[in-house]
Amino acid sequence: MALPQIKQDATDARLAALDMPQGGWAQPAREDALARVQAMGLPNARDEYWKYTRPDTLVQPDAPKAALLESDEALIFGEVDRLKIVFVDGVFSAEESDDLSMAHVTIDRLADAPDIHWAKDVYGVLETRGQTPVQRPLATLNTAFATDGVLIHVTGKASKPISLIYRHESEVSDAILHHVVKIDSGAEVTLLENGPAAARFNKCMEVEIADGGTFHHVRAQGRDHERRAATAIFTRLGEESVFKSFTLTANGVLTRNECVIELTGDNATAHIAGACVGDGDFHHDDTVFITHDALNCESRQVFKKVLRNGATGVFQGKILVKEGAQKTDGYQISQSLLLDEDSQFLAKPELEIYADDVACSHGSTSGAIDEEGLFYLRSRGIDEGPATDLLTIAFLAEAVMEIEDEGLQDEINSRVEAWLSRRRG
Amino acid sequence: MLEIKNLHVQLEEEDKQILKGVNLTVEAGKVHAIMGPNGSGKSTLSYVLSGKDGYEVTDGSATLDGEDILEMEPEERAAAGVFLAFQYPVEIPGVGNMTFLRTAVNSQRKARGEEEMSATEFLKVIRAKAKDLKIDADMLKRPVNVGFSGGEKKRNEILQMAMLEPKMCILDETDSGLDVDAMKLVADGVNALRDEGRGFLVITHYQRLLDHIKPDVVHIMADGRIIKTGGPELALEVENNGYADLLAEAV
Repeated sequence: MALPQIKQDATDARLAALDMPQGGWAQPAREDALARVQAMGLPNARDEYWKYTRPDTLVQPDAPKAALLESDEALIFGEVDRLKIVFVDGVFSAEESDDLSMAHVTIDRLADAPDIHWAKDVYGVLETRGQTPVQRPLATLNTAFATDGVLIHVTGKASKPISLIYRHESEVSDAILHHVVKIDSGAEVTLLENGPAAARFNKCMEVEIADGGTFHHVRAQGRDHERRAATAIFTRLGEESVFKSFTLTANGVLTRNECVIELTGDNATAHIAGACVGDGDFHHDDTVFITHDALNCESRQVFKKVLRNGATGVFQGKILVKEGAQKTDGYQISQSLLLDEDSQFLAKPELEIYADDVACSHGSTSGAIDEEGLFYLRSRGIDEGPATDLLTIAFLAEAVMEIEDEGLQDEINSRVEAWLSRRRG
Repeated sequence: MLEIKNLHVQLEEEDKQILKGVNLTVEAGKVHAIMGPNGSGKSTLSYVLSGKDGYEVTDGSATLDGEDILEMEPEERAAAGVFLAFQYPVEIPGVGNMTFLRTAVNSQRKARGEEEMSATEFLKVIRAKAKDLKIDADMLKRPVNVGFSGGEKKRNEILQMAMLEPKMCILDETDSGLDVDAMKLVADGVNALRDEGRGFLVITHYQRLLDHIKPDVVHIMADGRIIKTGGPELALEVENNGYADLLAEAV
């Protein structure tokens, strides 16, 4: 079916501005992705899942300019013992990165991986699976045109987290990175991500978790006010495997974080959580799709947004329980704390259930600071500003607690505290 | 210490007068009790003194050591030495009890220009005080009042009072929802804080709390005024005869 002209034109303009990296094992996947993105077209405001988030600045040929954040604050995860991999405006920096060797883990780069590579069984494969029933063309574009990324194969328990650091140095950079993580049976790894990456960042990550594998993911998206990001995670979970992902977003004019989770092995667990704090020109969108396709799996979606001065939060979360996915335990909560009357939160929770022995709950709320709680704190001598901060951190706690490692929880909380106290001036 | 003169208060949202000229002076070192039937304005008085929103003072004054407290923000009143033990302590999910208390102690110290308490010192002090109130380490770690039983919440109020060492302690129906043992524990906590430099205003429906916290002065409040003031025997009179006689007398 032909695309509407307006969509065709926008897609053509974007594709014309990109060069596909040539050669290597990823070539067929890239070409397949190009054909797919040409067929589906890039998103526009008329698309069902882009109703609340305008995709035009993510689709236009050039990245809108984004000023660099001036801050002398130390970067997050600075205290964590980790293997650092640094990208500057989407370009790998060997100088700033650690040696990529680690026990039980092999790390290659998409840009220079050898011609025959394990990643070809995952690259673009999970992304393709994640296109049904909802299309995610920006991820497909990513598969076709990603310039680099890391290919992480975990064969045992990684001794320390792998930390992807995305620095932003050019005001007009347009970065496209694609990561693949493959976790073998019983293996375990923690992946950290932080930084703005570029003026505009398109990132796709595919995570294949074999039976009994465990993947922890903690991310703090960059604080540059004008940066834009469209990210997507596609994951498939085997039997008794675990996927836990948490994202903190503070600032950024536009962020769209998609996550597509497929529970395909029995007794698997998937938790996806996000906390965001937005002030003013801030639009943050979490779009999640979880498919239960096995017995006795558990999924949790916990999203909390603190919004003020006209900031906008969006949550689109779906749980699909397929026929036969009995004993599913699905939980979904999305809440916003609106610190004034100018901010807004748009939520679209969806459940689609074809099995008859499942427990699925969902809830979505919007509210202001609890006046009773605020008075209680103030009556004990805590000033209104810090008391409001305490209640704000408390509001985010359910999401932050989804991070298993307490040290990483503290890292996230201290970032939120710093953000709040900066806002108070 | 606490001096309330001709205090008139109405609800901000509606034109309804709650306090209609309260006069009351609590001296340092004394325990005053206020008793009275439902709706007499006892809790309103405690909220107005601690600075809760929603009330408008239309006349009169309240001072602590000569300072007008009605003009102060709630946190300033706290730093000046006012403490309200809530009838319904508020649950604050996500904020650890310990974090909350340390923030409160240090905020007040900072406001008074005193040095903040170090983490170690704070821990030492709170452990000792918590032990006296039979508050275990788990309760200190849990979010403020979340999942606490009625008795635990009230004990937690007294713990806060013990840590903050206020000059003027206002207890709003601290006995409500307590069994006999819990009441004894709370009363012991309060009695331990009785001190020459500290005043207490104990609001209660019933005389039984006053068996444990012996008041120096008892006031009866009805329809927004103090209608009778006397010694501890007044509380016994209420216990035996109810408020009806006193109310009839006042008309």
